Formats: sequence, C-alpha cells, structure tokens
Amino acid sequence: MAEKFLMKGNEALAEAAIRSGCRHFFGYPITPQTEVAAYMAKRMPKIGGTYLQAESEIAAINMVLGCASTGARAMTSSSSPGISLKGEGISYIIGSDLPCLIINVMRGGPGLGGIQPSQADYWQATKAPGHGDGQILVFAPSSVQEIVDLVAKAYDLAETYRMPAMLLADGMLGQMMEPVEFPEVEPAVHDKSWALTGTKGKRKPNIINSLYLQPKELEDTVKARFKRYEIIQEKEVMIEEYKMEDAEYAVCAYGAMARIVKTAVVKAREKGIKVGLLRPITLWPFPQKEIAAYGPKMKSMLCVEMSMGQMVEDVRLAVNGSCPVSFFGHTGGVIPSPAEVLAEIEKMAGGAN
Amino acid sequence: MILNMLIAGFGGQGVLFMGKVAAYTAMVQDRNVSWLPSYGPEMRGGTANCSVCIDDEPIGCPLVLEPETLVVLNAPSYDKFVGSVQPGGKIFIDSALIDAKCDRADITAYYIPCTQMAKDEGLDGLANIIMLGKVLRETGFTTFEVLCEAMKKCVPAKKAHLVEANLKALKLGFDYAE
Amino acid sequence: MAIVFQKTKGLTDKETHYCPGCTHGIIHRLVAECLEELGVLDNAIGVAPVGCAVMAYDYFNCDMVEAPHGRAPAVATGIKRSLPDNFVFTYQGDGDLAAIGTAETVHSATRGENITVIFVNNAIYGMTGGQMAPTTLPGQVTQTTPYGRDVNYSGFPVRVCEMLSTLSGVAYAERVAVNNVPNIRKAKAAIKKAFQAQIDKKGFSIIEVISACPTNWGMTPVEALKWIDDNMIPYYPLGVYKDATEKGVHAE
Repeated sequence: MAEKFLMKGNEALAEAAIRSGCRHFFGYPITPQTEVAAYMAKRMPKIGGTYLQAESEIAAINMVLGCASTGARAMTSSSSPGISLKGEGISYIIGSDLPCLIINVMRGGPGLGGIQPSQADYWQATKAPGHGDGQILVFAPSSVQEIVDLVAKAYDLAETYRMPAMLLADGMLGQMMEPVEFPEVEPAVHDKSWALTGTKGKRKPNIINSLYLQPKELEDTVKARFKRYEIIQEKEVMIEEYKMEDAEYAVCAYGAMARIVKTAVVKAREKGIKVGLLRPITLWPFPQKEIAAYGPKMKSMLCVEMSMGQMVEDVRLAVNGSCPVSFFGHTGGVIPSPAEVLAEIEKMAGGAN
Repeated sequence: MILNMLIAGFGGQGVLFMGKVAAYTAMVQDRNVSWLPSYGPEMRGGTANCSVCIDDEPIGCPLVLEPETLVVLNAPSYDKFVGSVQPGGKIFIDSALIDAKCDRADITAYYIPCTQMAKDEGLDGLANIIMLGKVLRETGFTTFEVLCEAMKKCVPAKKAHLVEANLKALKLGFDYAE
Repeated sequence: MAIVFQKTKGLTDKETHYCPGCTHGIIHRLVAECLEELGVLDNAIGVAPVGCAVMAYDYFNCDMVEAPHGRAPAVATGIKRSLPDNFVFTYQGDGDLAAIGTAETVHSATRGENITVIFVNNAIYGMTGGQMAPTTLPGQVTQTTPYGRDVNYSGFPVRVCEMLSTLSGVAYAERVAVNNVPNIRKAKAAIKKAFQAQIDKKGFSIIEVISACPTNWGMTPVEALKWIDDNMIPYYPLGVYKDATEKGVHAE
C-alpha cells in the first residue's frame, strides 16, 4: 500500500497534479486557494517545472492556453472572483479544443463576496464558464483523497476529449487536512499530433484557433464538439449513492456539503427515517439519468447546497416532476450544520414537530 | 466517535498545531481523521479555531459545531463556545488566562493553568502542548506513546531540537492533577 | 537558370484579406523573411492577435495559435515556458497591445520573457472600422473622435517603445516604419536583430512598426504613406530605444 500523508486539500491537489504530469502552473494569489500556488512555487523549480505568478487571472489562464497548445499538462488555480476573470480564457480554450486543468476553490459571492466556503459557482461552472455554446468537465470532490483521485481523472478525460476540466472545491476542502495516499499511476498517453511544437520541416503547420467567420463552419465545429459532449454524458458520469438501497427519501448534495449531509443521514437513519444521499461527483456531466431513475421511487427529495439553490434546478429537471424536490441551503460562507440538515430531513419525512 | 474536538484561542497560541498533533495520532494508528482550521483575513493575532475528528468510521462532517471535547485557550473563546459542548462532554480551560468558572452541570470542566505552567517550566509557547497532554489523560483518545510518536512527526526537521521540550510539555500536562 | 528572387517560404500561398494600400502585407513579409533567413521557421510558433491581423495564422507558414484580444504575450509566455527552445513571436496591433493588453505587454516585458513582439502601430482600430486607438494622434479624426482626439478629454497617445524601454526585462526595443524603401530595409534589419536576440536568449524584444491604414484614415495609399512622415513619425520618433542585446537582461 502506498504511504499515507496528512495533507491539506489544497496541497494534496497540487501534489496530485504534479504526479499526474503537470509541470506548468500559472496563478495569481487569492484566498482560499493560496496553498496550491505556494506548494507549486516550492516544488516546480525542483522538478524542472514552471511556477509562474501572472500579472492577473486573465494572464494566467491565457498562459495556460499557450502552454496547453504545446501539448503540455498546464494548470491554473483560483477562487470565485478570479474564475470570473478567467471566463474569457476558458471560453477560448473550449473553442480551441485544448485540454487543461482549472481549480476553483469556491468562496462566497457575488462581487468580492467573502472568503468562507461556498458552492455558489455551480451555475458558472456547469452552465456558462465563458461565453458561447460550450461545456467543461466539472468534478466535485468531497474528501482530500477524492481530490487526489479526481485530479488524475480530470487530466485524463480533459486530454481524451480535448477540453478543459475544472475541479470545483471549496474553502473547507481546501483548508482541511485528511490522510491521503497517492496511487502510482502512469499518466495515460493521448494523441497530441495537434500540438504546436514547430513543424521541424516534417509536417504542415498546426493551427490552434477558435475563430470561424463562416456561420456554417462555426456551427459544424460546435456541433462536432457537442457530439463529444454526448459521449461524455453517456460514459463519464460519476455519482455516489449512499444508503439508497432501501431509501424512501433522498438528499442530493455535492462536495464538502455532502459530508455534512452524510452525518445528518446517519442521524436520521438512527431515528428510523429511510433516507439516503445522492452525491454527484461529476457536476458536468450531471448524473441526470441516475437521479431521474430514483425520482419515481422516492417520496421526496431534498437538495442541500452552500448557495441559494443552484444544483437543485438540475435535480428538478432530472426527476421531471416524478417526486417533489425541496431545497435547503445557506450562502455567503455560512455552512449548513448537520443539525439543520437533519431537521430538514425530518420535515421532508413528515416526522418533525 | 473517538475524538470530536474543537480547539479555540488566539492566533499564535498554537491552536492549529495542537490539533495537528492530535490528528497525527490517527495517522500512526491508521484511523480516519479530519483537521479543519477556521481561516480569516488576519494573519496574526485574530481568533483561531480548529476542528479535529478521529474515528474508525469514515468522517462525515469535518466541522465540529457541537464538540464532545472543547479546548479554550482564551476568554472570548470560552464565552463563544461553552454553550456548544454536547451534554456529557468535556471542556478544558486554560485557567491562567480565563477567570470564568463553568456553570454547566451536564459537562465536565477541567482547569489547567497551562500558560503559567509553561512559563514556570521554561516551556514558553508550549501551553498548548501541556493542554494536549491533559486532554489525552481525560479523554484517552489514544495512548501516551502514540501521542509522543505523533509529536515527533509534527515537528519539522529544522526544529528537531524542540522535540524534547514538546515531549516534556506533553508529560507535564498528562501528569497534571488539579 | 538561377533564381534571383522568390517568395519567402515563411508565408503561405493564402491571399491576404488586407485592404489595398495597407502595410500589414509588407510587415508580414519582413517577419516571414527573417524567420526563414535565420533558420527558425521550422521551429517557430506564432501568436495571432485580435484586430486586423486576426487571421495571421493563415498567412505565416509555421505553427500558429490565435489569442484572445490583448493576451498574445501571455499566450506566448505559456508556449515559451513549455518549449524554451522554440522560437516564439506575437504579432499585435495597437488596440490589442497598448489598450486591452497593456498589462500582458508590460509584464511579459518586465519578466524578460524570451519572446519577440511585432507591434503594428497604425494609430487606429482597423478591423472594427476606424475607432480611436491608444496611439491615435492628438487631433486625429476617427469614428469615435469625430471632432478630433481631444487629449484633455480622451487622454494622450501611448508611446510604447519609450515606456517599455524603462523596464529591465527588455533586451531590445526599436521603432521603425514601412512607408518607404529605406525605412522598410531598416525595419527588416530591426526585426532580424530582435529575432536574433531571442535566439541568443537575451530577453524580451519588441519592434514597433509604424504602419498605414489608408481605408480608415480616409486617404489614398500614397497620402497615407506621406501622412506617416508628416504626422506619425514626429510623435513617434524612429530609432532604437533599448539595446541590451550585448549582455542580455538575465545575465548575472
């Protein structure tokens, strides 16, 4: 068995990226993800990699664009307001069909918001990370170990499908220490014949571009990309189903929030409520089919988020009226407590009062 | 749960380090553990607290809002958190810095003048570790040997000369009787 | 029969979309000839801007990437950090480089990023139809300065070479023009010098090329070339603003 380390989520994330073959990190300081950059700054010079502190989030994501266009595993990391700045670059990277890894350690918003844990960037990540028709892969780990496992997965899928991948964490996961091990995995080798390396006189120039002035050409390009998205939705969905075997009620939650819900589910079970947890691990592709299948079997579903209710819309779309879906959450850095979630579960099961 | 602890005090009192040493015992014993700090914009002198959960089961919520074990190293932390301790829980109070007496009958309070003890023993800055020794004695979340081993893992190589003082502080707290 | 002249291999056969009388074509050719003559064409990666030269990726016969508006130096930085032994250049206009991309320009320069920037200054936004640029001259009429640029209201034009020459990371900065044959010859020599600086790993190099935009200036091509002499060059004097190619900017 691999050696276990007690590590902060942010540091484990950085180490996992390095072990996945990332040698180029471009960032800009922002709380609460600074440990990622600090770790990279310490490690990269020792392994012949790049840690570059950019002049802005905008520059950082465009350095990622340039670096990714050479076929290298590039990465940037930020937190909510910084991700908004990266939106432009993310859209271009989508449009240029380049793989890369983007980290969002979410904090409260809008605006400068706060620095405490939040999940209020779900819409941004899954619906509109930048302008235009396009998606990015979005992974939502809920433990430090899962951060490590998903970083490797994110790079692999990003390269398989030639698109950006985002790891959507929050301040709680980033700051938390848990035991973690790094599996010995050789990064998968993907075709990079598209990469810019100089022609060496042996091939025609490669062009990486997102501009198509002919509407039909642009439509065809976007449609081809959406064909890939269909395959991803078919093949790459990840969801954890916890105590769902005999469940009459389901709580949907992701990331750190799902940890809190788990505690509440255990307590509700002790009180005789047959409740389980549905935890999407990929937020895009969203586990639409899996959640839809549970709809008719559930008396009711509850979605709990650290936001005003964003993923709940996808849950409602998935169950499509086959069972009632309620929402509970806090926002702005206020974390729903297990006791509050338990009370909501009891309310849903009609067992309160 | 084997340990469900909230440690609270001022930044600089070693709140996070104390939690880290406790967390490392779980690494030694191959148990599940989570360590979660509060974080704020101020780098020094603000309030700091830290949640530590140790269990044989996977840890659900890593945030300790209703601690079984509460450690308070300053008066504001006492005022803020004393009400949150679970019935039947324990509160550890640095009585050198906190004058208050706990009036809750449903929890057990321990008064340890650890800041004063550290000063008297030439262990400046190790009040937190003295406290950890006492927490171990009263909760038995691990063995003294494991805690010493965890301590050795937590002290960075550059500060290896401090290991001895830390172990002395642990012992002092562990042996302390009110 | 001996070939005495042929088109550079640095350009593709694609017909350019530039307006009649535009000097982008000349600058493209100078850049391409320098790439070929220095033997770096097969190793080059170019970064196209947003602006009139947005489709430069179709014209330069080397690996190319299209950057978001103003971000070419950041994109070039990412490429160069990944492939330090490749030759990396950006080709940018005045809006791209000196307005929306000012931060990227200044910071890649001050880092001494070992890339070359070809900066085409024609004092106007060409692609969008002739609006005020950061380099539009005082009094110059554009679509968005219909009464002439009022510096008290819109501020002053940016002199990029002068500004960047104060930065320690800049190995070479020169301003040239392409409005007559002697100037074109000097421009090519300047581009070559800047490229050589990169090949020798001396640091950031930039060549600002004063260029004509007869369409948006509302002039004939000949008038436009003369307008450069009469108006542009007095405000933007030609010459070398920084030359640290002897030692390089990162020399210890």
